[in-house]
Amino acid sequence: MKPLLITVSLLSLMTAASFAQSDPPVEQPMATDSTMVASTPSITPPAPVSSLEAKDSPDDHGHSITLSWEPSADDGAGAATVTSYVIYHSTSPEGPFDSVGSAISGATTFTHSSAKESDAAGFLADYVDRYYRIDAVTADQTIRTPSSVVGPVQSSGQWYNDGRTPVAVAVAFFGLLSLFFLKRAKAGADLYVRPLGGIEAVDEAIGRATEMGKPILYVLGLGTASDISTIASFTILGRVAKRVAEYQTHLIVPCYDPIVMAVAQETVKAAYMDAGRPDDYKEDMVYFLTNSQFGYVGAVNGIMLRQLPATNVYMGKFYAESLLLAETGALAGSIQISGTDEVAQIPFFVVACDYTLIGEELYAASAYLGREPLLLGSLKAQDYAKAAVIICALLGALALNIAAASNATWGLTFKEFFKVTN
Amino acid sequence: MSRLAIIVTICVVVLFLGSWIFKALQAQDAGVDHYLLRGFLVTCSAFLTLAILSFLYKDNPIYKFAEHLYVGISAGYWMSQGFWSTIVGNLIPRLSQSLSGFFKQPYNAGEWMGGFFYTNWVFYVPVIFGVLLLMRLSSKYGWISRWALAFIVGTTAGLQFIRYMRSDFIEQISSTFVPLLVDWQGIGHFFSNLSLSATGQLVAMVSNWIIFLGVLCGLIYFFFSKEHTGLFGKASRFGIWILMVTFGASFGYTVMGRVSLLVGRITFLFRDWLGITS
Repeated sequence: MKPLLITVSLLSLMTAASFAQSDPPVEQPMATDSTMVASTPSITPPAPVSSLEAKDSPDDHGHSITLSWEPSADDGAGAATVTSYVIYHSTSPEGPFDSVGSAISGATTFTHSSAKESDAAGFLADYVDRYYRIDAVTADQTIRTPSSVVGPVQSSGQWYNDGRTPVAVAVAFFGLLSLFFLKRAKAGADLYVRPLGGIEAVDEAIGRATEMGKPILYVLGLGTASDISTIASFTILGRVAKRVAEYQTHLIVPCYDPIVMAVAQETVKAAYMDAGRPDDYKEDMVYFLTNSQFGYVGAVNGIMLRQLPATNVYMGKFYAESLLLAETGALAGSIQISGTDEVAQIPFFVVACDYTLIGEELYAASAYLGREPLLLGSLKAQDYAKAAVIICALLGALALNIAAASNATWGLTFKEFFKVTN
Repeated sequence: MSRLAIIVTICVVVLFLGSWIFKALQAQDAGVDHYLLRGFLVTCSAFLTLAILSFLYKDNPIYKFAEHLYVGISAGYWMSQGFWSTIVGNLIPRLSQSLSGFFKQPYNAGEWMGGFFYTNWVFYVPVIFGVLLLMRLSSKYGWISRWALAFIVGTTAGLQFIRYMRSDFIEQISSTFVPLLVDWQGIGHFFSNLSLSATGQLVAMVSNWIIFLGVLCGLIYFFFSKEHTGLFGKASRFGIWILMVTFGASFGYTVMGRVSLLVGRITFLFRDWLGITS
């Protein structure tokens, strides 16, 4: 009777909610568009656009031409009859010209572009002479004035994107910092890493599983092998698997993505070899379930309730399934340790797990566990990069406020340096 | 199988068949084509929904059935989807005219790059890596698959690094450049002129201070190579408080989204299946 009562109560509550939602939609009268006035024969042809220029779009992969012009004298001024501009394109100055798009009145730029695949719609091949013309169009579509033809212009890709110079500077800065601290770590310098509660609990949780004779469930999340959090999770998995091998406990790693499964298999195999127990490694410890988000959750929930793992470790990228997994694990009485960089999912792990690694702690955990010079050097470099961010933020805010208080514009120039375009 | 299990199974089957017949008759009355199939699909959806919801009570054979059905069908579906959209839809039309014809896909010859080279030749790279990955099936040459894995992980990590550097580093810095005191006309002005603009200014200023201090203290919390003691520790503490308040707000927001999903499912049961609501 208990399940029936629960189901009936739940359904009754939801019925009330659905009734509350089920107001019939109110039919809205069709709006009268005041602009839909029949064209008047008194419209005179507008002035054409002027200073029309066509240039290859900068900082791109090609296949794009940017047009710019001065609006028609009758666009918002004069007779104010221009309602839009129609852009025409041809590969010959004599035509024929085809329409490739339009811009509303007041616009002064238009980008004619296509995807880089040759089978893309309206494909724009590079290194081909192109000519453009723009018609200033009135409400009566037949009354329009063409501009002069501009061209030839060719599209092409650029090797260097000026708009991303700040990123290049940041990468160089971070790279140099990493190299410096890597060298120091290799030279034997003692690089301190503060303790992380969640990671310190891993060993304790593995010991508990061993004592109870129950398995450890490691969930890599829904990320692919290209996600940074999944990559960080592989390192933690390696450490957990090594300890599991040493304690001769059973490990279960159900995977959502086939490539992640392949990498996880390699990681666990290497960990068992490191622990000196290659014979204990079984291929079916790490297996693929399904590529469907909630199918995966359903299956993992089933594993939790049927195999009753002593410890559940969730590390990687998680989405809506985070609470479903963590709540089921809590019901099953497992110790739960989680870590993700998905900000929207961290709250769910915080409420339902015993330990949670928040955001970047997940990346730090791999360095903390591995203690390898490469990872420790990188962690130290990250801290210095954060210090640089704090200094820049302080200087920037100070500059902006002082400059604004004295009505100077140099404060904004400082901000422009950090602006990444395209 | 226990007697209870047999009774429950019989009840479920009878209910399912009854619902199927009822929904099919309803669909027939409404003039729906394929009314038998329609009745079956609605009944199936409703029973599977209830089977999944039964997990709220505890793990049971009905849930297990729904779970295994879901996992099996979805795994098969995604494999089929991957084959038809990636291999047949994207790869074959760029590499083989005859195979494109076989799969009735339009052939894409690509662009000539000069010499013997065509742009489409780059698609041989994933083919080679795909074959390398399949070497895992061989116990003798399985190690070759590590090359493909190393390429996938290394390349994508490098690409992601640039994206993170841009969105989480550079743009984060410039987003912290906010006016902290500018345009603020003083607390006396605020109390003597409780106008919207003065209130708006105060709100904007407080908001900007929260952003500014929140970012700085949040960053300090994520310092791993220094002990969080003294003033540094206090700033770190403030940072984690800011994070927790943010998580709390995010939690409430997301829970509301989940409730709306549940309402959608229950609406299906009551409207489309039982027909109690309209």
